[in-house]
Amino acid sequence: MTRLNDANQVLAREIIGRYPKARSATIPLLHVAQQQNGYITQEAIAHIAELVGATSAEVLGTCTFYEMFKMHPVGKYLINICTTMSCALMGAEQLVTHAEQRLGIKAGGTTPDGLFTLERVECQAACTEAPCLQANYRYRYRVNAAQLDQFLDDLAEGQLDAEIPAHGVVARVRQSIPVDRAVSVVAPDDVHEAPVWMPLSGTTA
Amino acid sequence: MSETVPVTLNGRAIEANKGELIIAAAERHGVYIPRFCYHERMSSVGMCRMCICEVDTGRGPQLTPTCMVAVAPNMIIDTESEMTKNVQQGVLELLLANHPLDCPVCDKGGECPLQDQAFSHGPGESRYIEEKRHFEKPIAISDIVYLDRERCILCDRCTRFADEVAGDALISFSYRGNETQITTFPDEPFSSYFSGNTVQICPVGALTAKPFRFKARPWDLSQQESTCTTCAVGCRIVVESSRDEVLRYMGVDSEPVNHGWLCDRGRFNFESVNSPDRALQPLVRERDELRGVSWNEALAAAARLINEARASGGAARVAVIGGARGTNEDAYAWSRLGHEVIGTPNVYSQMGDGLPADLLLLERATIDEAANATTIVLLAPDLKEELPVLYLRLREASEKKRSRILEFTPKQTGLTRYAWRSIGYEPGSQVAVVEEALADADIAAQLAKGNVVVVFGRMNLAETITAGVLALNRLLKAVPGSKLLPAFRRGNSLGALQVGMRTGPDGLNIRGVLQAAADGKIDCLVLVGADPLSDFPDTDLARRGLAGARRTIAVDTFLSASTARADVVLPACAFGEKDGTTTNLEGRVSKVVRQVSPAGNTRPDWMIASGLALALGSDLGYADVDEITLDIAINVPGFEEVTAASVAANPDGVVAGVPTAIPPVGLLEGVAPERNSYDLRLVVSRTLYDQAAGTAHSPSLAHLPRGSAVHLHPLDVARVGTRDGVEVKVFNARATVVMPVVADASVLRGTAWMPWNNPGPNVGELIDCFAAVNDVRIENL
Amino acid sequence: MSSYNWAPGFIDDGDRAQIVTSRFQYEDGHTLDRYLATGGYAGLKAALARTPTQVHEEVKAATLLGRGGAGFPAGTKWGLCPEGKWPRYLVVNGDESEPGTYKDRLLMERDPHQLIEGCLITCYAVGLSQCFLYVRGEMALAQERVAAALNEAYAAGYIGRNILGSKFSVDIVLHWGAGAYVVGEETALIESLEGNRGMPRLKPPFFPAAIGLYGKPTIVNNVETLANLPWLLTHSAAEYMAIGTPTSPGTRMIAVSGHVRRPGVFEIINGTTTFRDLLYGDEFCQGIRDDNELKAFVPGGGSAPWFLPDQLDLPFEAKLVGAAGSMLGSGAVMVMDETTDIPVAALTLARFYAHESCGKCVPCREGATWLERIMERLVDGHGTENDLDQLLEIGQTICPGPFPHAASERLGLAAVPFPFKMTTICFVGPSAYTPVHSAVTLFRSEFEARIVKRKLIPVSIGASDE
Ligand SMILES: Cc1cc2nc3c(=O)[nH]c(=O)nc-3n(C[C@H](O)[C@H](O)[C@H](O)COP(=O)(O)O)c2cc1C
Ligand code: SF4
Ligand code: FES
Repeated sequence: MTRLNDANQVLAREIIGRYPKARSATIPLLHVAQQQNGYITQEAIAHIAELVGATSAEVLGTCTFYEMFKMHPVGKYLINICTTMSCALMGAEQLVTHAEQRLGIKAGGTTPDGLFTLERVECQAACTEAPCLQANYRYRYRVNAAQLDQFLDDLAEGQLDAEIPAHGVVARVRQSIPVDRAVSVVAPDDVHEAPVWMPLSGTTA
Repeated sequence: MSETVPVTLNGRAIEANKGELIIAAAERHGVYIPRFCYHERMSSVGMCRMCICEVDTGRGPQLTPTCMVAVAPNMIIDTESEMTKNVQQGVLELLLANHPLDCPVCDKGGECPLQDQAFSHGPGESRYIEEKRHFEKPIAISDIVYLDRERCILCDRCTRFADEVAGDALISFSYRGNETQITTFPDEPFSSYFSGNTVQICPVGALTAKPFRFKARPWDLSQQESTCTTCAVGCRIVVESSRDEVLRYMGVDSEPVNHGWLCDRGRFNFESVNSPDRALQPLVRERDELRGVSWNEALAAAARLINEARASGGAARVAVIGGARGTNEDAYAWSRLGHEVIGTPNVYSQMGDGLPADLLLLERATIDEAANATTIVLLAPDLKEELPVLYLRLREASEKKRSRILEFTPKQTGLTRYAWRSIGYEPGSQVAVVEEALADADIAAQLAKGNVVVVFGRMNLAETITAGVLALNRLLKAVPGSKLLPAFRRGNSLGALQVGMRTGPDGLNIRGVLQAAADGKIDCLVLVGADPLSDFPDTDLARRGLAGARRTIAVDTFLSASTARADVVLPACAFGEKDGTTTNLEGRVSKVVRQVSPAGNTRPDWMIASGLALALGSDLGYADVDEITLDIAINVPGFEEVTAASVAANPDGVVAGVPTAIPPVGLLEGVAPERNSYDLRLVVSRTLYDQAAGTAHSPSLAHLPRGSAVHLHPLDVARVGTRDGVEVKVFNARATVVMPVVADASVLRGTAWMPWNNPGPNVGELIDCFAAVNDVRIENL
Repeated sequence: MSSYNWAPGFIDDGDRAQIVTSRFQYEDGHTLDRYLATGGYAGLKAALARTPTQVHEEVKAATLLGRGGAGFPAGTKWGLCPEGKWPRYLVVNGDESEPGTYKDRLLMERDPHQLIEGCLITCYAVGLSQCFLYVRGEMALAQERVAAALNEAYAAGYIGRNILGSKFSVDIVLHWGAGAYVVGEETALIESLEGNRGMPRLKPPFFPAAIGLYGKPTIVNNVETLANLPWLLTHSAAEYMAIGTPTSPGTRMIAVSGHVRRPGVFEIINGTTTFRDLLYGDEFCQGIRDDNELKAFVPGGGSAPWFLPDQLDLPFEAKLVGAAGSMLGSGAVMVMDETTDIPVAALTLARFYAHESCGKCVPCREGATWLERIMERLVDGHGTENDLDQLLEIGQTICPGPFPHAASERLGLAAVPFPFKMTTICFVGPSAYTPVHSAVTLFRSEFEARIVKRKLIPVSIGASDE
């Protein structure tokens, strides 16, 4: 079964419940699916389409627009080396070449043991710390060849398991809105008046 | 009059309509701004950037996508400036960058907006020397439509159509940037009933339709405007042919009717016109063999049979059934033949799935009025299946929040998703359900807003119309002033009824005719494009009636199950082979045209009627079809304004008036008995694709019917103790049939739904057409 | 001041006013405890003590310029919601992906409560009934920190129903992105938040303040913009205006990357700090690495036309920078020293924008890729002289008319001021052209040096002479 499992369906309902329109939960739910399976399966897309009230084709369209969603299995660790300008100025290409040699794959490929997928990616918002990379979206800054080797070793040996979860897990801390604090979701078509704290004039809330 | 806004267009002062897009205002004033993504029937997206012009709103000329920006007072629009031209050339060069230069083998070549605009607004040549985008060559995205992604310019027209107009968002953009492409979800083809429209609106040759691929070059086509008669919506079309063969129908943007759209059944069943199985030759039965004869021989034989019948016991021993499929002129000629020449009151154009003729006396709504009603009440069959383009119009009314739909239905329909309230009912309980709804405060308040249109038709072929009509009467009484849109299904049902294909005094309707025939009281049955064995809901009665009638004369385009045993077969012209007028469900009369020569030895129905009249010793007096049109205008109440000239002058058609008098139609008394808890109440209705001749003889459509099956609510599937897909025994006192079960949440609990006239066991075996309702029981094999 | 470098990249040497980075010195600056201990949520309380209109007026008076790129004053934007149209939404733009830009992530990782407080103040002032905090998908830590902070703030009564006992109630929902630069554009952000492909909408008619999320009025603000609000409310517009210059008041965060001795993120004083201060100043980047010469720099993120050493003395002032042929954009300076291979550097940016095109506009979808292909050819030594003109001509389809660039004494070029005309919906298309145009205009000879002069195609049966 690569649809969302029971626990994730509960989570999915909670997430959908935060939005005025279920469709808005599409991307968060795709993340949930990717966390569950490591990548996005067709069944998961169809399931999410059911949950948010879209067609599978529409969810597929959304899914393929965004780079983080992988339609095929990738390595346990996705190593993303930034090659945009700031990192390129500081030697990102050499780092990619080194990583390719070290892992024995070309950027875009996955090692035969399924541990690493190497990607050349665009700016990661760490430009002052170039060249930088992310492993499953956890940063390593100002990386040189030796540090990269060490890092890959540590990952392979499981030394960084506490810091870097397997691919698909983005945030380990999730928002949860306590029921007694939640304001009801404001559906766009149901509300036509100003919120109560917006007095016509003068007084404060 | 709408408000106008003064603007300057290429130095000329013009008045644009308030809120109008610049591109539309310019076009109305004779200035065509090039475009690819813009389509006046869909929301603007501004994707292709081809329509950019310099527009000055007081801040100096700005590059403005004219398909997205509405006119504003004193705007200065320049569609010819140097800058505008440069931009348009540049955009075209980029559009062509990845477009394959395969115009010589492309179906669109010759009518391709990209090709045309490349000539008129393009740079002439491309400097793009990089390798072009490559995709696997055409992929089938549905049964009928192929997609060539290399040719696609990503204008978002097909995807917008699928989402906004059809409501079937089964094609979508996927991937991003230069890798963007149109895709369907794997294993979920673009199986929309409206897929063919995407082919028509594709501005390049990326989408092509199987029936037309490689058939002809557009410049070889000749064309005329006509009206589709596949169903009673009467969409405006262009019939295109080459070398005397019909090759394509295209939708015409008719404001009051179809907005340019067609359903796939209507669009592609032209294939049946060219079918090798057509009846092409008059036939007469001799010693159990049908033998080809001349028209004279055949008409003489037919006249003999009619005379024999009349001689044996009066003209009432002859019955004329059918005629809703032809033109108004056909129906009028046949009605005169039946009533005046033969002299029988047993003339009837509907096949047991129709509506009482006296409904024509009620105030009728147009499609536009329905689509602009405050409330649309549906006491109707699934419009998506039966009147697809009416479904599009009403869906739009709901989506654009113009109208609220209040639906009463025994099974969820295509419009249920869009309904404000959808109320399910078990057949037989219509009156109670409507009364309950009228007592609901919300519903009463909604109806009290006025401007109500009721769409009324046959929701269920396995019950008499009685309960439906009584429910309709309750509604009309409760909401005075509401108008009726009769959901006739067959192309010219309303026209045939109004011009006279209805019973005379003491005449029998189809049910009566078949019963009388079965009882040996009909000696000659004339079937005018009618096939009771597959069209009449009570198959047993149809079979007995055909067997009981001593003689049968069949006028048809194909030999059907019912006509194969006829004594005389008179081959008729198909659509596209004859001129005339047709009437849609709002009473709109528009032209149908002869675009190709009649196949073989076929003749238009009206001419066959005239010939038969002559053979019977009377002259209807018609030398050509226009004379009949005129005769109708003179003689048929409501058709006074409908002349050949007025129809020619109004391509969208002329709406006929309400007839003056139609005798009240008696209804069968019928109180639905309580349903035994072991039984399921039977609901039978049509699907868009079934075994109708036009579909079955069109190779592209023939395999599309889903097949006979019994659909049950998932909980009933469990209750019966079976599973989805398993074959079961479905039976009642009349018959037993074996068919697969489909678990279907759109079916009401306690009912069983079956599609009518689909491949597989004949559902009609289970139906007693005299019973108020029919029940069935299900057992495992 | 402490300069404990908890936030990689952030440097707070010197003695400048700190508005948004005051808690970056604490390792636990992201917790509610630390936040409250350092004056947190006082701005919210100050706001609740006034009417929404008064709060709005205060923000307007401060001329708080948007930090997302366009520099539009936040107070004015808030006022663009059509009167009487409800509900209204707040969408926080935390999709930071512009090349060179690195500040919103720091603000979310290091001081999420400050951002949350900013959101609350905005919702209160404009009457927004729900807030969506859109965080770039690749920023796992930022998402965790914001999620944790939201959970704490909900529990403590700062978010949700009847905040701090008042009638003011609002939910803040954390939303994940999933990797698409163009989604940073506000209308694409809204599409994405509606669950769609992140393709921008055309403005007009789709100005978010009028027709935004679900077609309702929607305020879209950048993370840094909103992070200024707590300070602004605990202080005043007058105090805010006292920092910087009247047209560019306050501070702003600038990331300097590339070939400087000490790259980093700095909170600088708006309007007065110059590029020279920043690149060479002791409290900032301390000069070019290895004492090399400065060749060129990008003053405002990858979309900004390039500057030369000629422009070093310009201050961070939008008008002046615009007149000089570029823009301040998202607060990112990328520095290239004399060793830089200009065509290669420009290619990395051209590739970025081609890759990030959403695919909607033909000039961007086809043009950007074409530019990238030609640039690649040129860099690989397979270009022809024609290619340079071709680049500029393709650019003319994306941005017809004069295109902004810096003045150069060396080349005898006068500046072409910002902005430009464009045939695309959003700035991704033009941005693909910008680095190409700057590089070709300012460093044409570097391209020419790579071009193999092949006037004739050699017809030979022997080995090629290459
Ligand atoms: C292509 C493009 C990308 C953008 N990316 C971002 C971004 O990553 N973060 C951001 O805050 N604003 C970005 N913007 C600017 C936003 O559209 C918008 O102006 C900004 O979020 C408004 O917030 P502000 O007024 O507070 O600056 C981008 C604009 C464009 C055209
Ligand atoms: S300019 Fe590019 S990224 Fe922006 S909307 Fe157009 S195609 Fe999309
Ligand atoms: S027709 Fe206006 S952008 Fe395509």
